[in-house]
Amino acid sequence: MSQLIVSPSPHVRDEDTTQKIMFAVVIALCPVWIGSIYFFGFDAIRLVLLASLAAVATEAVCQKMRGKPITIWDGSALVTGMLLGLNVPPTLPSWMIILGSIVAITIGKQVFGGLGYNPFNPALVGRAFLVSSFTLPMTRWTTPFDGITAATPLALGSLGVEYADLFFGVIPGSLGETSAFAILIGGIYLFYRGVLDYRIPLGYLGTVLVLTTLLGQDPVFHLLAGSLLFGAVYMATCMVTTPITPRGRWIFGIGAGVILVVIRLWGSLPEGVTYSILLMNALTPLINRWTRPRIYGQGVKTSA
Amino acid sequence: MKKKSFRGGVHPEYAKDLTSEAPIKTLIPPTEVIIPLQQHMGAPADPIVKKGDYVRMGQLIGESNQVLGAKVHASVSGEVMAVELRPHLTGRSVRSVVIRNDGQDTPAFLERNCDPIQLSRAAIRNRVAEAGIVGSGGAAFPTVIKLSPPDDISIDYLIINGSECEPYLTADDRMMVEYPEDVILGAKLLAKACDAERIIIGVEENKMQAFHSMHKHASSHGIDVVLLDAKYPQGGEKQLIKALINREVPSNGLPFQAGVIVHNVGTALAVTQACRDGMPFIRRVVTISGAGVNDPSNYWVRLGTPFKEIIATAGGFVGEPGKVLAGGPMMGLAQFDLDVPVIKGTSGITVFRREDSKPLDPMPCIKCARCVDVCPAYLLPTRIEAYSMNAMWDESVEYGAMDCIECGCCTYICPSKRFLLQWIRLAKNEIISAKRRQTE
Repeated sequence: MSQLIVSPSPHVRDEDTTQKIMFAVVIALCPVWIGSIYFFGFDAIRLVLLASLAAVATEAVCQKMRGKPITIWDGSALVTGMLLGLNVPPTLPSWMIILGSIVAITIGKQVFGGLGYNPFNPALVGRAFLVSSFTLPMTRWTTPFDGITAATPLALGSLGVEYADLFFGVIPGSLGETSAFAILIGGIYLFYRGVLDYRIPLGYLGTVLVLTTLLGQDPVFHLLAGSLLFGAVYMATCMVTTPITPRGRWIFGIGAGVILVVIRLWGSLPEGVTYSILLMNALTPLINRWTRPRIYGQGVKTSA
Repeated sequence: MKKKSFRGGVHPEYAKDLTSEAPIKTLIPPTEVIIPLQQHMGAPADPIVKKGDYVRMGQLIGESNQVLGAKVHASVSGEVMAVELRPHLTGRSVRSVVIRNDGQDTPAFLERNCDPIQLSRAAIRNRVAEAGIVGSGGAAFPTVIKLSPPDDISIDYLIINGSECEPYLTADDRMMVEYPEDVILGAKLLAKACDAERIIIGVEENKMQAFHSMHKHASSHGIDVVLLDAKYPQGGEKQLIKALINREVPSNGLPFQAGVIVHNVGTALAVTQACRDGMPFIRRVVTISGAGVNDPSNYWVRLGTPFKEIIATAGGFVGEPGKVLAGGPMMGLAQFDLDVPVIKGTSGITVFRREDSKPLDPMPCIKCARCVDVCPAYLLPTRIEAYSMNAMWDESVEYGAMDCIECGCCTYICPSKRFLLQWIRLAKNEIISAKRRQTE
């Protein structure tokens, strides 16, 4: 008789895999991408494709150089590329987005050891690099459909923008951030797919709503203008760079919300989503340490 | 009806319908039984028979004067062929008594009692020890030890564990359906032996026939039968106590410290058979199931029956077998030698086909924290795994490695297919042996 297989228990596993999770995020980004193609045309196809290809290629090259197995089919580099591509203005030159993707994967991910070991969200590392290196091209916004150069609503302030335009995304902005409608479709899919933990987006958005209301701002405007919703659904929920404890996730969301409001209202930048999330990424190991759950049976006394 | 539950846990595919309607049949005792002198958690017994001796069915063949010892009896009558090391389902070799069955089943039982509930508390405890009863749910802790908490502890609840949360297994389910009165009598005997004020029987909602069966017979005795959420590991002692009476067992403690004693349905049945019929623990119900075996079913099996006999009776393998597990797929031990015998804690044998036994290739942890969400001990399994991989034992302790109940939920749910539990087990072993070195 052939040999029996011996392995440690458990002998059955859940069907979900890391690869399926990554491709669920890719699927969830599709409505956003389709929306951006609708609003900004060919530039949306160009930037997202280039960013994705560059990210995947960089991942393969880095892994080859490190002498590690090539794992581009896990989908994680593709997610980073798509996120970065959807996070830049439609006019960004092609070579810049490629450079951004290379930085995102090398400095943001591979130098730390690749998937699972990066402390910061790689796409946001890439975006922060692009903003600080190419500030003008990264802030040259255009209006949807006709492509006329214009400022974003956040830079202008809330005057004269219809909520409906903000919600459906008929405003200048980064490719993927303008349409709250498309983002919500993707977010709801991720939630039902079991990939999105509600605590971080709720904490993040809730904090911004409450603080802006208290500070006399228009909370709906702050929610819909800029990349807050995109960040809350796709960036702040990145599993690798956010806390693993339930309480820690609330703290992460609330902390990011506070930082965002401070940057938007008192900082010299009109937008603060990138830095609010990156700063909280840096705190994640500490948050994990501080919010360890009480273990079953600890602190329980013997009942006589 | 409101179902009771606990926090954490997973919903694996239960696959219980393969055998849940299969009445318990009697497996013909094999021509040779191999009875290990260690069948439980605790010290092995010393043999009191030797090669060439004639033993009767139920005769004492192994005894121990250790605190955690348990008596061992012959499950058939016949000649002792050998007392030697034989393969055991833990993967080690264990000293075992090999008996050639003469087919006569000449009994040497203990004294019968037509009304065992009249027995005194001490008499019940004594009978439980004499009959060699250990927990039949899997961990196989000597039952008499559980029944004897320190004098200053008062037990207010006896919980009978009928949750049987492990996938595939239906042995407890069938016992509750087919022997409800005996299970309830056993529960009452156990409650009397530990002076418990109340008895609760917990049954998972995927066993409604068993629930109704227990409910019908229990109500006249003032015993509560409570419906539980069908979720693994509902049958873990600590999770069951939390679900049923919302108490926690202290860390590193035992259930009696929460005023509770938990016994399995199969243990209750064994207690009835010992106290009323005078029968020592020499047989048990075993589920044989899985896609890799032709006729999944439930059997009364004499202890010491080799796995291969049961597999053959159940129609043999479907195609090429992949894994043969002692127990179910969540906590079962994979076997490599089918000569291993059924012991007191063997509630089932699960057979996987070759194609369902593919080795897994772990990917890096993506910190999705699903292991954190499902851990019924409220641990951070991914952290302990990382500490264990880096041989950081102090940190493993700090993060609660010793509170791990080894249910395997973290490993089951991990999308990166990591062997979390195996690393946590390694940390536990290292910590225990370090402690042992310190005290020596």
